[in-house]
Formats: sequence, structure tokens, C-alpha cells
Amino acid sequence: MLTATLIFFPLIASALMLFIGGDNTKRAALVFAIAELALFGYAALTFNSNPKAFSFSTPWLPFGANFAIAMDGISFLMVFLTSLLMPMIVFASFKGDYTNRFYSLMFLMQMALVGVFTAMDGFLFYIFWELALIPIYFICLIWGGEKRGRITFKFFVYTLAGSLLMLAGLLYVYLATPDDHSFAINALYEAGQNLTREQQGWVFWAIFIAFAIKMPIFPFHTWQPDTYTTAPTPGTMLLSGIMLKMGTYGLIRWLMPLVPKGWDSWGYTAIILSVIGIVYASSIAIVQKDYKRLIAYSSIAHVGLISAGIFSMNMEGLTGGMVQMVAHGINVIGLFYIAEIILSRTGTRQIGLLGGIRSVAPTFALLFLIVLLGSVALPLTNGFVGEFLLLNGLYQFANMKLSLWIVVLAGLTVILGAVYMLRSYQSMMLGETNKTTEGFSDLDNNEKILLTIVSILVITLGVYPKPLIDIATPAITELLKIFQAGLVG
Amino acid sequence: MKELLTLSLTGIFVMLLDMFNFRKLVFPLVLLGLTMTISWSIFDWGINQEIFNMVKIDNYALAFTIVMCITAILWLIMSESYFAKLPVSTDRYALVTFALVGAFVMVSYTNLVMLFLGIEILSVSMYVLAGSIKNDLSSNEAALKYFLMGAFASGFLLFGIALIYGATGSFDTEYIRARASEMANLDNGLLTVGIIMILIGLGFKISAAPFHFWAPDVYQGSPTPVTAFMATIVKTAAFAALFRLFITSFISNTDVWADIIAGMIVLTLFIGNVVAVRQHDAKRMLAFSSISHAGYMLLAVLCLDGDSDNSILFYTASYSVATILGFTILSIIQEKTGSTEISAFNGLAKKNPNLAAAMTIAVLSMAGIPPLAGFMAKYYIFANAISQGFLELVLFAIAMSLVGVYYYFKLIVAMYFHESHQVDTEPRIIKTDSLQNTLILICCVLLLLLGILPQLVYNNL
Repeated sequence: MLTATLIFFPLIASALMLFIGGDNTKRAALVFAIAELALFGYAALTFNSNPKAFSFSTPWLPFGANFAIAMDGISFLMVFLTSLLMPMIVFASFKGDYTNRFYSLMFLMQMALVGVFTAMDGFLFYIFWELALIPIYFICLIWGGEKRGRITFKFFVYTLAGSLLMLAGLLYVYLATPDDHSFAINALYEAGQNLTREQQGWVFWAIFIAFAIKMPIFPFHTWQPDTYTTAPTPGTMLLSGIMLKMGTYGLIRWLMPLVPKGWDSWGYTAIILSVIGIVYASSIAIVQKDYKRLIAYSSIAHVGLISAGIFSMNMEGLTGGMVQMVAHGINVIGLFYIAEIILSRTGTRQIGLLGGIRSVAPTFALLFLIVLLGSVALPLTNGFVGEFLLLNGLYQFANMKLSLWIVVLAGLTVILGAVYMLRSYQSMMLGETNKTTEGFSDLDNNEKILLTIVSILVITLGVYPKPLIDIATPAITELLKIFQAGLVG
Repeated sequence: MKELLTLSLTGIFVMLLDMFNFRKLVFPLVLLGLTMTISWSIFDWGINQEIFNMVKIDNYALAFTIVMCITAILWLIMSESYFAKLPVSTDRYALVTFALVGAFVMVSYTNLVMLFLGIEILSVSMYVLAGSIKNDLSSNEAALKYFLMGAFASGFLLFGIALIYGATGSFDTEYIRARASEMANLDNGLLTVGIIMILIGLGFKISAAPFHFWAPDVYQGSPTPVTAFMATIVKTAAFAALFRLFITSFISNTDVWADIIAGMIVLTLFIGNVVAVRQHDAKRMLAFSSISHAGYMLLAVLCLDGDSDNSILFYTASYSVATILGFTILSIIQEKTGSTEISAFNGLAKKNPNLAAAMTIAVLSMAGIPPLAGFMAKYYIFANAISQGFLELVLFAIAMSLVGVYYYFKLIVAMYFHESHQVDTEPRIIKTDSLQNTLILICCVLLLLLGILPQLVYNNL
């Protein structure tokens, strides 16, 4: 029941937001978001002692789809990320011109996201997956920047096409379940594993493309930079901080154990695509002049590494993937918030036009540096643990089956990431002030609070990532066991 | 039987009341008649009545009757304000009631003569309704086109019925099934041509390609509520009739018609969706989208197994509600801006956010986006077709429904993204009356409810 509460509380909040107007809108939204986080905190206290309280199932549709939800370690981490980031995103939107309908859509989105991360039924998963798309589409369409009509439409069609493919793949497995077909996750696992290697390959691609578009992985990424750039900043934060993780989470839960042989046959291809994405996106990020676009491309590079690590199908890679998903969510929100601060102060995001901000805004420069170091994976920041585990996992896998060059190329994400991140920092923050940056005022209280929270998270999770790993491990062990059983059988 | 009598008597009383100047009583009377029909239908559920070997009132007939009567009630509420503002008066209440009588016969016949009668009763009322704005040229054009095409289609249908009679010696659908299955492996020319002729005749009525070309002009020219009636009740009745005929009489002759229907599906989906993309007029676009929906529903006819009747019932129900909702909003827009162009929707999100949100729900449902009814409707049909081995057709249909998303989203983008450009001539705020608000709310709730709990309608046959 706890999980159901976590899903439906945002829905209630979303409905209530429609009736709240005027000055209290934003405060009310923050209260709702924090209440959800508190609910999650309460749930987390009992997570280890009472796992039964987290699963809930009731018959829903007569063709074998149940409203089945549950939470294991990896779902827990994703729901943690969602409930943690929502208050921050709402808080970050305080300066913007957003109405109650905006927050209503945000909470609808949160409901769908928690649903995606906890659904244990193929059909329910699909419904939540699609439901998450509608609010973010309207958030980007109504409150986005110029040319948003065309760009958001491209985004919508891309993701919708992907999810229809996924539905086709799930349906194929569903029809392979015994008579009185069922969408229950275990029934799907069993049916999927009984398919031949070739059939599994087809299902793999149908579902993988949906996830690859969401993350996005090269060559399905073309919607992403435009969408991230035009979306309003809270929308970008939702997209990159949480929504992207629907894809990476989906890989672990809905693809790896579902079609192990298909995964085994095509995993190399997926790794190669991910690594191409890393190198490609990092190279573009280096020459990028718009700071928000630079972060968008860096996000493609990071998620490429996460996906490559997950596809190395060992404990290190998968754990690293989970840790890095949480870390990336936190860091990228910090970075987009920083881009928003710079834009609102100077009216531009062009890196070349800025300079010397550090001398006029030292607090900002310090907090920016911490977030940035987390993003370039300096040891003792949260980015380091995840990337280290991911590369370690990829190394073990590549050592056995692929060329080591793949690992070297994937490792470029760290080096190139440092290059574009530090260069942009140097160009914007150091040196002499110019006309655009002379009047740059230092952070006000709200901004200080938010960036301090992000910085604290960056350092805490970097110094002490053990809780994250401990929570993820049992769930990953379980899924890996199912995966390996299917690989042999 | 009570359903048929109630509907017919309501129609006659309405005409009489109209004659003796009791206009105010007409609307409540029609509502009463429809509500009674629905109650009789629920009351008769599960009792199979056969009447003179002409009609058989089984669950199939009753379920479609309930759906059509509910749609008719929604339609009456919708059309009230539109017709009240017209300079000319029409006998729309009586005509609509008689159209429902025809529709009822079409969903319950067991004799081809009754099928023909039902179609004619329905169509004649529709010809008059299409031309109900006497002094409007396009309305007249629509009525004439509709009549000529309808007459043409009736000719095909009658020819087909005659040939079937020649081949089997009967008009009775059960008897035809027995004879037709004996002849299934013989190459019987009369039967084959007869089936194809009937398919062509009904193809006109459901506006499936290549017999669709009358639909865009007629839909665009007719008064907006009449278009809504054609797209919902007429289509529902025609599909129910088509399916009833094929599952009772021609189920063993699939090799005659399966390929033809498959071809019609491909053409209908392609033409309906691709041509809709090019439209600038919302009403015409909805006409093409209505054609494309016929393609999805034909997939269920092609499958022709135990679940197809449920699929068609659910699809028509969800499509009818979404269409009524869409056309209600379209007629409000038309009334306020004087245009049905897509650009008339520009800036609606600012002029009336609730109306824009409701239109979004209607359009998303038609496009088949979960968790709305339209998604479940498509899901049932597609899943059913895949399990019957029509994978390629389903993949094509899915690709076409993506094209559908493109043109449906033109409306959404217009409402939420484009600014209204003729600020001076257009009202800043669009107001709706409480009757319209109630109708819109009911439709939205129905679409969500059917999307989340489809078993309320599905699985009952």
C-alpha cells in the first residue's frame, strides 16, 4: 500500500493544484512536493524490515493485466531520486512565470514516473510510460522557448514511435505466455526466455529502441539537444534529471531478464552504439557555444556510459549504473539551474560572451565548481563512484569478449568531460569581467539554498555512497540470477 | 420489440407535437423516449427475442442500441444551442428519432430485407438533415451529394441481396449461412459477386476507401451537429450491420472477402490518414480522420472471431464519445469565430483553457494515447488481429496511427502555441453555457473512465 500511496499522492496534488491560484500557488506546490518526499522518507524507514508493505496487486483488466506494483532496491533508488528532485525542481521554478496548471502537470508527471519505476505488470508499465509523456509535452509546448511547436512535436513523435514499438514487443511476449495470457512480470520473463534466440532478438530491438530514444542513445538522440534547449528550465530538469532514467531503468528491469539471449546477441551492438554516442556527444560539447546545449550534449555522453555499463551485464556495471543514475540526476539539475541563473542575470547563455563572473560572485563560483566537479567525476564526488564502477564493469566484460579499445573510448567520457566542463568554467567564470558580467550579482537566498543542497548531496554521496550500493545490490543480484538462468536454458 | 415501438411512437408523437405547436415539450419527450429505450434494452438483456423471423433482439443488438441511444442523448444536448440560433426551423427531433429506428433495425435484423429497410429509414432521415440549412449552398450541396451517393450505394446493396437470394434461395441470414457454407468450396459466381456487391454497398455507408469520396464534402457541407451524427450513430449502425451480416451469413466464405477487406483496410487507413495531414479545415480533417477510423474497425471485421463484436462495440462507443466532444467544441468555435479552419483554434488555451483541455482530451483519445478510451479501443483491435496472424496489417495500422498523431496534434499546437492573429475581430474570451459545460464534462469523464476500466463496455457480449 505504501507504494500505491506514493503513486497516488502526486495525482491528488495534481488535482488540488487546479484549485489553487494566486500568490500561494508556488508555495503550495513546494509543500506537496516536500510532503511526497516525507512520505517516501517514512516508507524508507520500513523498507528493510517490511518489504511486503511495498507490493500491491489487484486484478485490473480482464485480459490478464493487473494493477501490480512493488518496490525492490532499484525501484527504491529511482523513486528516491524522483521524490528528492521534485521539491528541488519546484523550488528552482520560483522565479519563473508559471501558473497552477504548470504545477498540476508536474505532479501528474511525478505520478507517472513513480508508476513507471514501480510497475510490475507489462501493461501497467506501458500505460505509465505513455502517461509520463503527455504532461512533459504540454510543459514544453506551453512554457517553452522559441520554435517550440515544431521541436516539442518532434520529441513527442519520436518517443511515441518508440513506445509503440515497445508495446508491440511486450505484446509479442504476452501472446507467448500460456493460455489466459498474462502481463505479470514473472509470466513475461518466463515466456520471453522460452522464445528462440532469433525471436528474442526481434523483441530486444523493439523494446531497446524505445529505451534508446528515451535516454537517448546514438543514433536516436536527435530530438534531445533541441528539446532540452527549448524546454523551460524546470521541464529540462524533469527530462534530464528523472525522465531519462526511465530508459536506463527499463533496460535493467524490462529488457535484460525478459530476453536474455537477445540481450546476449545484441549487447555488443548496444555497447558500441553507446560508446559512439559518448565520443560523438563529448566532441560536440567541446565546440558548443550555448551553455545549456553543452549540458544537453554532456548528458548524452553520461547516459551513454551508463548504458554501456549496464550492457556489460555484471554486478559492477549494473551497480555503477544505478549509482550513476542517481548522481547524474542530482548533478544535471544543478547544472541546468546554474545555466538558468546565468541566463537570468546576463540575458545570454553564450559561453564566449561571458567572463570573470568569479570576481563579482564568489559564492556562486564556489558552488558552481562543486557541482561541476561532481559532473566531471572527481574522486570524492558522487560522479566518481558511479563512473568508476561502470568503467570497471565494462573493462571486465570487454576483457573477455570485446576489444579493450572500447573501454579506452568509453573512458574518454571522463577526460573529454573534464575538458569541456573546465573550459566552459574557465571561460565564463575566470578572467576579466566584461560588459555583460560586470553587474552580475551574487546568489540570493533561494539560489544559495538550492545550490548548497545540491553541493552537499554531491559531496555526501561521493564520500559515502555505500547506502546506495547496499540498497541496489540484492535487487540486481536477483535480476542477474534470472538473466543468467535464461541465458543457459 | 418494445425498443422499436418506443422509438417509433416517440418519433410520431414528436411530429404531432410539432404540428400542434407544443414545441417546448418536444425536447423532454425525445429524451424520455430515448431513456425508455435504454431502460427496455437493459431490461431485455439476455432474452433473445425473435420476431417474425425478421429481427432478433439479442445482446448484440441491445448493446449497440444502448450505445447509440446514449450517443443520441449527448447529440441532442450538443445540437440544442446550434439549431436554436438557426434562422430556419427543422424537424430534427423527429428525423433523428426515425434515424434511430432505422439504426435499431440495422443492428437487429435477421433478414436481408430488414437490413435494406433499416438502411433506407436511416438514410432518408439523414438526407433531409444534411440539407437542413435551406438557404445555405454548401448544406444543399451536401444533401444532394449524400443522396446521390446513398442511392447509388443502395443500388449496389440491393443488387447484392438479389444475387445472394439467387444463389441461396433465401433472405434469411441463418439460412444463407447454411447454404453459403455448403457452397464455400464450389466456385459459385452468384454468391461471390453477391457478397462483393453487398460489401461495396455497405462500404459506402461506412465510408471505407475506395468508396469514401463523398464523405469529405458531405461532412464539411452539412451543419456541424449533423456531421457529428453521421460520424457517430450512422457509422456505428453501419458497422454493426456489416459485422452482423458477415459473422452470421458469410463466416465460411472468408476466401471470397478476406483479401478484399484487407485491401480496403490498407487503402482506407492510408487515404484517411495521409490526406487528413494536408487539410486546413478542422471539419474536413475530422471527416478524413473518420474515414481512417473505419479502417481500424474493419480490422475487427477481418478477424471475425469471438472478440470482434466486443472490439467493434468498444471502438464505436469510445469513438462516438470523442467525436461528440470534438464536434461540440468545434461548433462552439464555429459559432464564436465563424470559421471551422484549424487556425480558428489559435490561442484557444488563452481564450478558454477548459475548452482547450477538453478538446485535447478528445483529440488524444482519437489519436489513441493512453489512458484514454481511444487507446484501449485500438489496443483491443490490434491485439486481437495480431493473435489472428495479421501482424503486417497491424504494423501498417500502427504506422498510420502515428501519421494520425501528426494531424491531431496540429489542433493541439494551434490551441496552445499559435497566437490568435485577428485579435480585433475575434472575442478575447470564449464563454460556454452550463448545458455545454455539463456535456463536455460528461464526455471527458466517459473517455477517461472507458480508458481506465474498459470492461464496463467490453466483455459483455
